[in-house]
Amino acid sequence: MFGYYFELALCSLKRNKVLTALMVLAIALGIGASMTTLTVLHVLSGDPLPDKSAKLYYPQLDPRDLSGMHPGAEPPNQVSWMDGMNLLKAGRADRQALMTGGAVAIQPAESAIDPFFEDARFTTRDFFSMFDVPFQYGHAWGKAEDDNDARLVVLSQRINDKLFGGVDSTGKTLRMGGKDFRIVGVLDSWRPTPHFYDLTTGNYSESEGVYLPLLTAIDLKFPFNGSRDCWGNGTNADMKTGLCTWMQFWVQLDTPAKASAYKQFLINYSSQQKSLGVYQREPNVRLRGLMQWLDYSKVVPSDVHLQLWLALGFLVVCLVNTVGLMLAKFLRRSGELGVRRALGASRGSVFAQLLVEAGTVGLVGGIGGLLLAVLGLWFVRMQPSDYAALAHLDLPMLAATFFLAVSATLVAGLLPAWRACVLAPAPQLKAA
Amino acid sequence: MQISPILSALRHHKAGTALIAMQIALTLAIVCNTLFIIQQRVAHLSRPSGIDEAHLLRIQNQWVGQHGDYAPLLAADLATLRHVPGVVDAYATNSVPLSGGGWSTGLGLKPSQNGPTAMTAIYFADDHTLPTLGVKLVAGRNFRADEISDMPALSKPTPPFVIITRALASKLYPHGDALGKSVYVAPDKPSTIIGVVRRLQAPWTGNFAASFSDNSTLVPFRLITNGTNFVLRVRTGQMGNVMRTAPKALYAANRMRVIPDDDGVMPFSAIRAKAYASDRGMAILMAVICVMLLAITAAGIVGLTSFWVGQRRKQIGVRRALGATRGDILSYFLTENLLIGMGGVLLGIALAIGLNLWMVTRFEMQHLSLWYVLAGAVALLLLGQGAVFAPALRASRVPPVEATRSV
Repeated sequence: MFGYYFELALCSLKRNKVLTALMVLAIALGIGASMTTLTVLHVLSGDPLPDKSAKLYYPQLDPRDLSGMHPGAEPPNQVSWMDGMNLLKAGRADRQALMTGGAVAIQPAESAIDPFFEDARFTTRDFFSMFDVPFQYGHAWGKAEDDNDARLVVLSQRINDKLFGGVDSTGKTLRMGGKDFRIVGVLDSWRPTPHFYDLTTGNYSESEGVYLPLLTAIDLKFPFNGSRDCWGNGTNADMKTGLCTWMQFWVQLDTPAKASAYKQFLINYSSQQKSLGVYQREPNVRLRGLMQWLDYSKVVPSDVHLQLWLALGFLVVCLVNTVGLMLAKFLRRSGELGVRRALGASRGSVFAQLLVEAGTVGLVGGIGGLLLAVLGLWFVRMQPSDYAALAHLDLPMLAATFFLAVSATLVAGLLPAWRACVLAPAPQLKAA
Repeated sequence: MQISPILSALRHHKAGTALIAMQIALTLAIVCNTLFIIQQRVAHLSRPSGIDEAHLLRIQNQWVGQHGDYAPLLAADLATLRHVPGVVDAYATNSVPLSGGGWSTGLGLKPSQNGPTAMTAIYFADDHTLPTLGVKLVAGRNFRADEISDMPALSKPTPPFVIITRALASKLYPHGDALGKSVYVAPDKPSTIIGVVRRLQAPWTGNFAASFSDNSTLVPFRLITNGTNFVLRVRTGQMGNVMRTAPKALYAANRMRVIPDDDGVMPFSAIRAKAYASDRGMAILMAVICVMLLAITAAGIVGLTSFWVGQRRKQIGVRRALGATRGDILSYFLTENLLIGMGGVLLGIALAIGLNLWMVTRFEMQHLSLWYVLAGAVALLLLGQGAVFAPALRASRVPPVEATRSV
């Protein structure tokens, strides 16, 4: 039955090519625009660490002075050196890492490559295990090296390819900022999207090229990347104080019970700091999970949401348009449908036949929409924004494209098909 | 033209009529709002930076493998750059307008004030800054060469005096008497305002700095750090040459530096394009969507009206046989479309305003000006008339003899 209806549909679609083309084009444009924006949103609002994100938390404390205080204010988005170090040493979480963004001047041994600056992450060792960072060669540095200014470095795959042609470079020496560092590990390809652990260096920036122990980098006064917020007499000259927030502190808490215990710990810590006269404000802490943190930080640009709504509005207009055109098309064929009804076809089968025709339009429109979405995403990738390179269609979105196209067109076909099949056959036959 | 027969005919085509009206309404609602967004984006990206962008070039420099005293290196580099043929003047700074990164701070009128009076961008400047940028003083004077002191990286600036923009001056001292007054950049030491410039935009173009985008403060410091921005004023027509020769001159003077390949040497035209790329992209996307929407709506009207004309050939023939002229038939379809269009437009105006109100709460949008709605309404009515014209003309050509045929 379906095959026959499909044949009928193709015949009917071929009969009025302009009208068919118009319907297919409208569906394709609407689907193409919607799928392009949906894919961008899907990529941008994804979970950077699907296996781990539920266990990762981002503590926030409020060490600021009383200037500009108002009730209900959110604590700063980063922690100070002092708080970060205190929390790190307390070690109350299953894993914890204190980190900041930076830059290092890399001076390659071969003179073939000019010196260049590379984005770096200065961090304590749990960064790698907590974020499930994959290693291609070697391993992270150890606990002892975190504390004793060790001149060690972990390279990203990209930098290892650039400097060492992708071979195992562990054990070799790399000169950075005028000092020698021993390479202990090389990462496998790793780019969490969004760049959740430090949003101050860009919501969707690439992962850093080199990873150094935090204390080593700070003591060598390597350049800093990110944002700093100081108050009172906090000066940027001495960052090892409690008067500037500029670092990110992440913890892994394996169970919800541990998370609530940790939150209580943060409150107790704040009260203690207040009673010591270090904090001036009442305890004001947050312990957001990774996805909550991304949501709170509004990482997805509002333009992307705006584009999605615009595209969906466009799709609705295209569908209304298709409903109108299909109505015209189906009603024009009332004579033919009258013949079918008179020969014994039930209303249901005429209805089914017309819906198959609508679905066919949707399928062809979906193919067109897919092509347009591929084109649209290519266009998005040409844009200079730092998330541009991520805009690729994946399998679920590919399936969603066809599902959306066919189901939208079927919905659009309901009214015209119903109108056409409720017409009484006799007058149609007479008119014909 | 009699309207009642048209209305009674439309009553037989409720679904089609409703669909056309709805499509016009939705299109109007979306088109008004997108046009409004386009206008906002264009206004945003065409706001003046206050500097003579056509003649300016930025070079980003970072020292490699050097530690400690950058001051003589900086002075030597500036001397080198000022002698490059085609360069009029040059200075070094932490940041420039439109660059997207810089230093913001709150300014107070009293020592250790609770909460700032105004937010501002901080630009490190010397006596060459104003002539290089082509920024005009409207009151007071420029810094003198002997007033510029060195400031190590990451320390807190306590400038003895500052030059501020007019926008910032009127925010701090609304009576227009900022010159000679004090302002607190550091919480405890006052800075005297010695000059006011017409306009100098802050480095940020995003929402973050929307409330203080024209508030800038120039402080008389050389930032002594391993990374700096050189700003060069280039003679007309020499931009291409200087872009090649200036980095070469710097490398010739000292090789231990990095000038990034991608954005190390950028004329301000490119910095501007980069700063507003997303706004421009958004405006273009909106415009494309608008045009497609109007085209789809027009195509929909043509399609449905053609169907109606085909369906009513016999009736048209009867009317023609009874003495209706071609003009009568033409104006029948035009009026019919106008009636549907007006219904759609009325609904569309309500939708447009509703959509805008929703976007105001959701996307920090401003309230839609009614002129956009009215202009959109007129445009859609005209579009409808244009779209219906071809099918209506075909209808008017239906010969009276059609009345006698059964098909």
